[in-house]
Amino acid sequence: MTKAGTTLAAAKAPAAVVRLPRRRGIELALLVLAVLLCVYGYCAVGFARTGSVPPGVAGYGAGLGVLALCTHLAVRLRAPYADPLLLPIGVLLNGLGLVLIYRLDLETPHNRAAPAQLVWSTLGVGLFIVVVLVLRDHRVLQRYAYLCVAVALALLALPILFPAVNGARIWIRIAGFSIQPGEFAKVLLAVFFAAYLAANRSALAYSGRRLWRLQFPTGRVLGPIVTIWLLSVGVLVLERDLGTSLLFFGLFVVLLYVATGRTGWIAVGLALAVLGAVAVGRLEPHVNQRIEDWLHPFATIDAGRGPNQLAQSLFAFAAGGMLGTGLGLGHSVLIGFAVKSDFILATAGEELGLAGLGAIVLLYALLVERGYRAGLALREPFGRLLAVGLASILALQVFVIAGGVTGLIPLTGMAMPFLAQGGSSVVTNWAIVALLIRVSDSARSQYDGREAP
Amino acid sequence: MARYIRHACAFCALLLAALLVNAARVQVVQSRLYDTNPANRRATIARYAQPRGNILVGDEPVTGSTDTGEPLRFERTYRDGPLYAPVTGFASQTYGTTFLEHAGDGVLAGTDPMLAPLPLWNDMTRRPPPGGNVVTTLNPGAQQAAYRGLAGRKGAVAAIEPATGRILALVSSPSYDPGQLSGNGEAVASAWERLNHDPEKPMLNRAVRQTYPPGSTFKVVTAAAALDAGVVTDLDALTDSPDPYRLPGTTTRLTNEADGCGDASLRSAFEWSCNTVFAKLGVDVGVQNMVAMAQAFGFNDTGVRIPFSVSPSTFDPHVDRAQLALSSIGQYNTRATPLQMAMVAAAVADGGQLRSPYLVERTTRRTGETVAASGPHPMRQVMSPATAVRLKELMANVVQEGTGTQAAIPGALVGGKTGTAQHGVGNSGVPYAWFVSWAQADDVLEPQVAVAVVVEDASANRGEISGGGDAAPIARDVMRAVLNR
Repeated sequence: MTKAGTTLAAAKAPAAVVRLPRRRGIELALLVLAVLLCVYGYCAVGFARTGSVPPGVAGYGAGLGVLALCTHLAVRLRAPYADPLLLPIGVLLNGLGLVLIYRLDLETPHNRAAPAQLVWSTLGVGLFIVVVLVLRDHRVLQRYAYLCVAVALALLALPILFPAVNGARIWIRIAGFSIQPGEFAKVLLAVFFAAYLAANRSALAYSGRRLWRLQFPTGRVLGPIVTIWLLSVGVLVLERDLGTSLLFFGLFVVLLYVATGRTGWIAVGLALAVLGAVAVGRLEPHVNQRIEDWLHPFATIDAGRGPNQLAQSLFAFAAGGMLGTGLGLGHSVLIGFAVKSDFILATAGEELGLAGLGAIVLLYALLVERGYRAGLALREPFGRLLAVGLASILALQVFVIAGGVTGLIPLTGMAMPFLAQGGSSVVTNWAIVALLIRVSDSARSQYDGREAP
Repeated sequence: MARYIRHACAFCALLLAALLVNAARVQVVQSRLYDTNPANRRATIARYAQPRGNILVGDEPVTGSTDTGEPLRFERTYRDGPLYAPVTGFASQTYGTTFLEHAGDGVLAGTDPMLAPLPLWNDMTRRPPPGGNVVTTLNPGAQQAAYRGLAGRKGAVAAIEPATGRILALVSSPSYDPGQLSGNGEAVASAWERLNHDPEKPMLNRAVRQTYPPGSTFKVVTAAAALDAGVVTDLDALTDSPDPYRLPGTTTRLTNEADGCGDASLRSAFEWSCNTVFAKLGVDVGVQNMVAMAQAFGFNDTGVRIPFSVSPSTFDPHVDRAQLALSSIGQYNTRATPLQMAMVAAAVADGGQLRSPYLVERTTRRTGETVAASGPHPMRQVMSPATAVRLKELMANVVQEGTGTQAAIPGALVGGKTGTAQHGVGNSGVPYAWFVSWAQADDVLEPQVAVAVVVEDASANRGEISGGGDAAPIARDVMRAVLNR
């Protein structure tokens, strides 16, 4: 911040305009590094399995390289001040996810997921480029807040019309593709929360009546947002998507806290969360089972029914140890059907070890931190709340899914951002990175002797 | 607002830090607990990820490994499986390991710490050392002669090198192919089912895991006790033994198959296998001396390992005089494995000394360097050397002119003892034909081989079953294979 401060001071003197470094060259170098890392991983799988470079490596490297180059050019063209770390982290995580899925495809030759994932990644990158090119200013989104929430609720409600898959009613199937609309809904909901809270934050913080030590805002102000939130969580509970409802709840509490600065909201939020969790855990057999599995991961072994998915996941992490078995040399496929989606992190943990897992978590942490930093640097509340909301979505999602597969919290089916198999998820995460790029561009360009456009 | 953003950011950082701490708990602190959970298939997968080391007979592997390309990659194969099954046992992905495959599993599977010259380096590379080899003491010619001699009849053969205790042959018949049990498919399960329900019990290792009443072959032990205790001093002196012999304290009369056993000398009683003489001799020697001699030969020893365990042979120490009389001719509660009876013959042949039998010459790395060699095996003086000399003479007489003439080998000194063991309720079963013997080529200083043969159901009429007729020719072929005559 000292740097920004000095440039700010310098900008006040029109005679000496200091151009803020744009750092696009660094971004390009990091992108090249990210692509090379992924190609190396692809080769490592081939060497481990067959002792030679896998046949598709040139195509894979070229494809990833071209995608990375396109995103870079779009950023260079329309968001020259954007944070140079966001894009390379996205490419690295997406590429690493493709390597892991390709590696797991070798174990399930009749059910190959990597080609589809590559198509979805291309679509995600396409959406990224469209957002960066078309959305010149993120503040435009504020105008569409209510449209966003309407679409989000519609998307959330849509899967109720479709049959449940593996106990959760969160997919819709169209022409052979299965889509998880809840994934898209979370970006739209973040936009709505940010816009609504930005517009009403003083009313939320300073009006209303005081009860004991908490200051409650008037129902007129709090009403709409609580209604929306209750609706979304209610729908998700109907669909048995506990992970996403937890995510929305967390997002809501974080944004409410950031907007109003009232610690009381956190206390109320936590109390409600505990209450809700206990109620759902008691009443819902599907969720209740998950909590039982979390408390006693080896119960099915003791009962003679063999290890369940969580136990297999713990075995995989433990087998990895500090340094991992090496790409292509683990046995995480024992986890079963969700190994490429919900449990993709177990493969990373087994084959890359604690070292590799730590690196991946740090990449997410860096992405989140860069999002928060963009929010901090902005001056207007909508952009701030939007950046915080998007970064928090990433952080909460990583925590919920990674905590689930490592036995820290009960397991909830969600996709690891960028890493896991899942088209809707990859596309959504590219949209999130695109919005963060846009916000960070605004944040840094405002100090460069001119205001954001 | 900036302050609250920082707080929220710190909260997110806290969440991700919690993830890392928990990951370290699972992957480092508690990893051993998870790795060793029996439901974790990784250990099994790793075990079969590389070819297993081999079991060698006469420098040739009798085992192999085949790459199936399945998750449990390498399966065991066997050359001459039925011939060597009592030695190798099986190594099955489904049913575990037995015999040498079990006793040598650490070396064969590559998990024995001795195989890794640089343990730390192997820990770093996570590559287990390749499986080593187990080199047996078996003589392939003797093994084949024994298996051929039994020709599928129920029975067993054990052969020992008296001076060292090396096991030269260990055969059980009928046998099975352990290769049928190697994998983990349906065929393996059905083979397991079939083998276990086969009334012929092909998986029973009759040479070391089945005890039989030794019958008259036990008279070697009784004679040794009588000579050592000084009950008999002159082989040719008449013994004061009636025919038939009334068992002490009962009205039961013991008779003989042969004629001329009344008051027979020890030499002719041994030659013609007189039950009456030896029953009385056992009673005269007394329980204490009989038990001591039997135990010196290895009876009642529950800890014999070659390296896999051998069922204990028994000589009941809690008997009255009538029972002692029967015990002394290898009946009542006296039971012996074929290996035990080969040990009896070996002790006689080696001047009264008994070496613990063993089956593994040495273990080597994949590349052939020795990891462990069989050191000097413990030796025990079973009887006085003088007793051994006289027993050798008695046993040689049996082959020269007694019941064991079919075991004679031209150009070699052969000693033997036949046996026909009654068994079953009221001795109704088809008797077991026994033969124990040793052989020494004329140009060699000491006996080179001691053999015990048992044939359970010799396919002859009951009256004709005898150690001399059925078992002795098999023993002769085994000894000839060892002597190269």
